[in-house]
Amino acid sequence: MTGTKKYFLRFNTLNRSLHFFMIISFLTLSLTGMSLKFSYTTWAKILSRIFGGFESAGFLHRFSAIVMITVFLIHLINLIVVKRKESVSWKTMLLGENSMLFNKKDFEDFIASLKWFVGKGPRPEYGRWTYWEKFDYFAVFWGVFVIGLTGLTLWFPEFFTRFIPGWFINVATIIHSDEALLATGFIFTVHFFNTHLRPEKFPMDIVIFSGSVPLEEYKLDRPAEYKKLVESGELEKYLSDPQPSIVLIAMKIFGWAALITGFSVIIWIIYAMLFSYR
Amino acid sequence: MIKFLSLFIFYIALSQSVFAQDNSDCLMCHEDKNLKGTNKGRTFSVYVNERKFNSSVHGDMECIDCHQDVDPEDLPHNEDLEKVDCGVCHGASETDYKQGLHGQAESRGDPLAPSCKSCHGYHYILPVKNLNSAVAPLKIPFLCGRCHREGTKVQLQRRIPEDKILQNYSLSIHGEGLLKKGLVVSATCISCHSSHRILPHTDPRSTIARQNIAATCSKCHSEIEAVHRKIIRGELWEKEAHVLPACVDCHQPHKIRNVLYEQGMADKDCLKCHKNKNIVSSVDGHSLFVDYNKIKKSKHATVACSQCHSEVNASKQRACETIVNKVDCTACHAEIGEQYITSIHGILKAQENPNAPTCKECHGTHLILGKDDDTSPIFPTNIPTLCAKCHREGEKAAVRYKGTEKNIIKHYTQSIHGKGLIKSGLVVTATCTDCHTAHHELPHDDPKSSVNPKNIASTCGSCHHGIEEQFERSIHSRFVSKTDKPLPVCNNCHSAHTIRRTDNKGFELEIMQQCGSCHPKIAATYFDTYHGKVSRLGYTKTAKCYDCHGAHDILPVDDPRSHLSRKNIVKTCQKCHPSAHRQFAGYFTHATHHDPNKYPYLFWTFWGMTGLLLFTFFLGGIHTLLWLPRSIQWRKELKRKLNENTEPNQQIKDPDENKD
Repeated sequence: MTGTKKYFLRFNTLNRSLHFFMIISFLTLSLTGMSLKFSYTTWAKILSRIFGGFESAGFLHRFSAIVMITVFLIHLINLIVVKRKESVSWKTMLLGENSMLFNKKDFEDFIASLKWFVGKGPRPEYGRWTYWEKFDYFAVFWGVFVIGLTGLTLWFPEFFTRFIPGWFINVATIIHSDEALLATGFIFTVHFFNTHLRPEKFPMDIVIFSGSVPLEEYKLDRPAEYKKLVESGELEKYLSDPQPSIVLIAMKIFGWAALITGFSVIIWIIYAMLFSYR
Repeated sequence: MIKFLSLFIFYIALSQSVFAQDNSDCLMCHEDKNLKGTNKGRTFSVYVNERKFNSSVHGDMECIDCHQDVDPEDLPHNEDLEKVDCGVCHGASETDYKQGLHGQAESRGDPLAPSCKSCHGYHYILPVKNLNSAVAPLKIPFLCGRCHREGTKVQLQRRIPEDKILQNYSLSIHGEGLLKKGLVVSATCISCHSSHRILPHTDPRSTIARQNIAATCSKCHSEIEAVHRKIIRGELWEKEAHVLPACVDCHQPHKIRNVLYEQGMADKDCLKCHKNKNIVSSVDGHSLFVDYNKIKKSKHATVACSQCHSEVNASKQRACETIVNKVDCTACHAEIGEQYITSIHGILKAQENPNAPTCKECHGTHLILGKDDDTSPIFPTNIPTLCAKCHREGEKAAVRYKGTEKNIIKHYTQSIHGKGLIKSGLVVTATCTDCHTAHHELPHDDPKSSVNPKNIASTCGSCHHGIEEQFERSIHSRFVSKTDKPLPVCNNCHSAHTIRRTDNKGFELEIMQQCGSCHPKIAATYFDTYHGKVSRLGYTKTAKCYDCHGAHDILPVDDPRSHLSRKNIVKTCQKCHPSAHRQFAGYFTHATHHDPNKYPYLFWTFWGMTGLLLFTFFLGGIHTLLWLPRSIQWRKELKRKLNENTEPNQQIKDPDENKD
């Protein structure tokens, strides 16, 4: 430990991998999907051609959908596995301090944050998961559910219209496309800012790729969680070595690529909405 | 006429008989067979056979009715009686005679000139209907032939352009009919030349003058126009005789035989000069050389020079010196000529536009080849090149044309028709003339034009017949939709010169714009749906307008025959979605979320989603914006706090900073 900076492990390998595949599939889904949604723009046509024409873009869209659904399912399965491993009750799992579900502290943090924003209080002492992280998490939950279901309806309309009226395909189209617009818009702006681009982390927080942050930084960022771990003596469990610098560079390159792609999509959406919306 | 004449004669006879001495007074002397008379130094018999005279057409008349200078009171009369003047009674015939060649010759004192009696005789003139009459049809050829046959003084000493007249006539169909078959209605000399006013064919009053000959022949051949309809519009024979070949141009006078007449008989005469390679026009110096052997392949190989160069005058040393007008092909090709003069080419020609093409610009001159000859300019594969001479971009017709079609020739050669013709050598492919017609080209806005919207379906239908049938039963047909609005026709969707295969990607994608130009709302809503959106990305397998509505057999959805009728719609969806069923067909293919009345679910879903979006972005945005200044502050604080810490920090930070 001497001379080496201590790192705190926030995300384990599985979660980091899931997020990686989430990024890949989400970017692919949004690019291919938006090219269809905004097909009246020149950009869409170029993009569609880059993906090898509409047919191959459509294939990639569906393939990425499968990847994302798989990511989603693996996460759900992992939750169950973790629960069994830690042999905790559903109650502890869902309502405990490490739960992603919103709890009283999140509400208090939110109010305190607003106060901090307007200069009426100190920075709240955030715990392991902040309320905006939980919001992002459930946004994905909701998004995968809504977009995934409508997407499947649109993928297999002949099958689904056996149970639902034909016009629901039209409704599903609107929901799928607008929810996707929401997801894309939100991820590429708010989520990017909240977690990767905040001035305090500018230009980029790669913790979701590297998994660990310097302990000193973590102490200041998440004082509540730090204190708790120190008190319970569990801090040692989360300490880790930093990633080799070459890996960090690769992660940054990937992160930048994803960011640039995301921002491009945002610019493109804004352009389409402003100048050629129909 | 005959009735009138006989009345006239009867009247004269009556009036004269008051004073007349009896014919018997004359016969007292003239029944002597040996009685001779002298007049102007000639001695001749003056015997009159009373019986024969009485049976003649003048049998009821008195001698002095004709021999008016005989004084009945003073007999015997002087020997040098005046010539009998038949014109006293036969005034009209005499006038004709005097105007005719024979009469003129007589008044010139030509000793060979025939008088009345040369043909008719005198005392024993029989009615024409009497077969023994000198002028009975059967005898006419011989009567005329007395002077007009080879070797006679008339034939030798007078300028008669025709030779072997009697011989040729007797071999002709007319002569054969008359002489061999005894068909007295068959044409004799006088049928054509008239009996008394015989004039040369150069005299415009002549019955055999060019302009009159048709009328003359059609006295007997009254239905001949019907027979010649394909070649010549009969009425033109009389109206525009100067441009048409006269009967005799093909059926030579005196030799008239329906099969035996020799065509091109005078070509040798023309070639005397025109076989000379150096012969040029004295007007503009262009070569007048005619390569006779080369044009043997011509469609007109059996047509004589003079049948086209019709103003020649055989009696001239240079027969062609009388030619004033250019060759008029409509002389034979009258129907085509009619089409041509009403075509834009013909109209421009009539306006004396120097660029207007005439027959020869397309068909050539002497070497006219049929359209089945692959060296002919009008052979299908050569037609685009032919028309391109004027219609290629930059050429005279393309410069004059102010319409919407550009690069016509280039586009045509790239079109499915052009490729079929030029690349595949498919000679049944549509060429310029298949759509525009060969001789009746008109601008598309002319209602008579083959490419006018009204006519284009049937023009295209001449090859695409099945399509035309479908189209004419569709809602787009003007026979089905009675409307003032313009209805689409073939070229609206398929274009004119750039026509492509319909499985061509460009066609498949552009067709929707095309439908949308008339159905803007329905097209816009189509583009709001999945089908429309993917098609806009260039995906052609998706349902396009015609995949659901049908292409040529398009009908309103409430028509049970429509592809989208309740009966057919599932089958239509199944073309692409094999497991489609009725509920599946309930999908709105033209849905829009902008219409709350028609599509309330979509409208409210859209605005619900939009509300959700705006709400989420509003919250997220506000939160982020409020956070931003604090976050910048926190960054500084964080840095300060971290710097308070020990050195190890520096080691780790290094790579990051280097990179940045």
